[in-house]
Amino acid sequence: MSETKEKPKQGRDATGDDRRLNMIEAINDALDVAMGRDDNVVVFGEDAGYFGGVFRCTAGLQEKYGKTRAFDTPISECGIIATAIGMGAYGLRPVPEIQFADYIYPGYDQIISEAARLRYRSAGEFSAPITIRSPFGGGIFGGQTHSQSPESLFTHASGIKTVIPATPYDAKGLLIAAIEDNDPVIFFEPKRIYNGPFDGFFDRPVKNWKSHPDSVVPEGHYAIPLGKARLVTEGEQLTVLTYGTMVHVAKAVMEEKGVEADILDLRTLVPLDIEAVEKSVKKTGKCLIIHEATRTSGFGAELSALVQERCFYHLEAPIERVTGFDTPYPHSLEWAYFPGPVRIGAALDKLLSE
Amino acid sequence: MADRPERTDNKPQLSLHIPEPNYRPGADEVDFSAIEIPEAGAQPRPDEACDPTATHGLCTDLIRVLGDDNRAHGPWDPKLDPDTLREMLHHFSLVRAFDERMFRGQRQGKTSFYMKCTGEEATSISTSMALQSDDMVFPSYRQQGVLIARGYPLIEMINQIYSNSGDKLKGRQLPIMYSSREHSFFSISGNLATQVPQAVGWAMASAIKHDTRIAATWVGEGSTAEGDFHAACTFASVYNAPVILNVINNQWAISSFSGFAGSERATFASRAIGYGLAGLRVDGNDPLACYAAQRWAANRARTNSGPTLIEFFTYRAEGHSTSDDPSGYRSAQERDAWPLGDPVVRLKNHLIELGEWDEDRQAEMDLKAAEKVKADTKEAEKNGILGHGMHQPFHTMFEDVFEEEPWHLKEQNAQSQAERDKKYPDGVPH
Repeated sequence: MSETKEKPKQGRDATGDDRRLNMIEAINDALDVAMGRDDNVVVFGEDAGYFGGVFRCTAGLQEKYGKTRAFDTPISECGIIATAIGMGAYGLRPVPEIQFADYIYPGYDQIISEAARLRYRSAGEFSAPITIRSPFGGGIFGGQTHSQSPESLFTHASGIKTVIPATPYDAKGLLIAAIEDNDPVIFFEPKRIYNGPFDGFFDRPVKNWKSHPDSVVPEGHYAIPLGKARLVTEGEQLTVLTYGTMVHVAKAVMEEKGVEADILDLRTLVPLDIEAVEKSVKKTGKCLIIHEATRTSGFGAELSALVQERCFYHLEAPIERVTGFDTPYPHSLEWAYFPGPVRIGAALDKLLSE
Repeated sequence: MADRPERTDNKPQLSLHIPEPNYRPGADEVDFSAIEIPEAGAQPRPDEACDPTATHGLCTDLIRVLGDDNRAHGPWDPKLDPDTLREMLHHFSLVRAFDERMFRGQRQGKTSFYMKCTGEEATSISTSMALQSDDMVFPSYRQQGVLIARGYPLIEMINQIYSNSGDKLKGRQLPIMYSSREHSFFSISGNLATQVPQAVGWAMASAIKHDTRIAATWVGEGSTAEGDFHAACTFASVYNAPVILNVINNQWAISSFSGFAGSERATFASRAIGYGLAGLRVDGNDPLACYAAQRWAANRARTNSGPTLIEFFTYRAEGHSTSDDPSGYRSAQERDAWPLGDPVVRLKNHLIELGEWDEDRQAEMDLKAAEKVKADTKEAEKNGILGHGMHQPFHTMFEDVFEEEPWHLKEQNAQSQAERDKKYPDGVPH
């Protein structure tokens, strides 16, 4: 499933302009910075060591930091998460990679019953300062086992944070913050936008990150606080609550239809930036929630409930949810499944006609 | 839909095997003579740094030191001095007194749950005495002996069992799910076998950091069926982790006998062979053999020679827990018929045989242990018993979910306070 063989770039480009990275390079840079600053940061996963990961996110780290800080693992997600927990109890700050979010389920018990509960059950004696990185989401013809968006399985569990970046700049800053956080963090990387800000128009030419302002990634250390949303665009007509790949799809559809919206990239689902959500919805009076994950019990249901509870008297129309369908992610019918411009457009028409 | 298709040939009909223990309640006579019990001292003791293949024979054998003559035999004799043996016996006495009183406390309604380790004392006490006190242990739920051997205050254990205002775990865990970082004792989980690969991870970290401490973990034979156990064996082998994987084969997982974990086909120690681990099968009721095997594995791990899987062959003399009544699924005769005897009696008789102990001193030790437990129980009860109001402050329910309380938990904390204010306008009664 390797998408690129590019090596991460170092420093500014030849013209002396700002350094532009794609999301893979930004994640690699974050890991490099975190490992450089703290000897306790270790990176491991299936194919994550010598080869540098099937998506190349850990490329070069073994060479730079040695085999005991960046290494390959057996094909056992349970073992990967469990050993990370044990290393965390020792005092390390492990950053395990689960090759695809679809593969995370064998490690689910270790994540939910162990990592997420350790601080509570030991009254703070032990904790699991681990960041579980995993590519998630569809749009790459991965079929049902390389396309899922299981974030709500983690947001529903107490004791774990869920972070999803949408740009290279955010990917680096959020990953560094996640690694430095003393609680367990699920860090889902939208793999459809690893190489470019996919806007949902699958039949148009592919874009890369070079021309996108958020591909400017400073060198060195910076952290973006977990729990803070990002206002992508400002507008009065409605509020869009979204994250990951769908940030770019939402933006493209709004531009296409000439709609001025507050697009909130939530960035962290737990803890959620409820202030930003409330502020925007109370301003616009209309709320559109977009995620790629299946609809029923998806994180959109939680967002919808929160907006209804907190902003009901400001709402001018029923909240709209645009999501993936409640089917497994299909292979050949991927674009019929994907919550793309047509589905979003229909929801917009409905919201704005109210 | 599941009907068998009509047969058109003479192929043999398949049949499913459902394991069945030999002795159900009311069995005429329990006869364990089919269990092979080799002579004490007859088992070879390979070098601690040996290739794992040198232990293959020991995966089906049974390492024994204490013979029927109450003397220590053979190369596995750890040659402990009488003071150390008396110390071990003292821990045995204390844990047995503790189990008795806590079991009774549950029956008296002082707590919700308790689990005894009767008959299995050597597998936690003798083994932990063979480790360094700062080696990290990842126990299961029946290793109270480890804490007692490490000198953890009984009163802290009782506070935890009572979930009272003195409970260091803030009343969050089911009784006996202790945690003590200070005693290098990892927080016990109620989910089975999860601790085994965690112990491997801790050991890997210790090796990454070129530390000198090793890890040891305990798991029941029933739970070796969990995937976590097999992930642990794989990771331990792949990274040559300095870890000891202790499997306590006490024959029973609640009502399911060891056959449901595979004991009809292979010993649990022989799992080691396929993973390339060193493996030892040990008489779990022989305190000297338990000590010697753990020390062998500890020395092996400490010198980067590799991990060890040890099966302790023992018998769960009591029910699984206070919620369990074994008379519903196994013969009551089994306990007395168990051919490996009682570890406390065997150690006592060994010391007597050595001329270092006598029945009067034993009686005095047992009495003192009971008095100590009684006094500590009374002291702990000053902090309350379960369900009698003397619990942790309500707001602590929302602490330690995360390092910092996020907004949604703060809101729920406030809601919880408002519920109490409404129900008890004059303050919550104790």
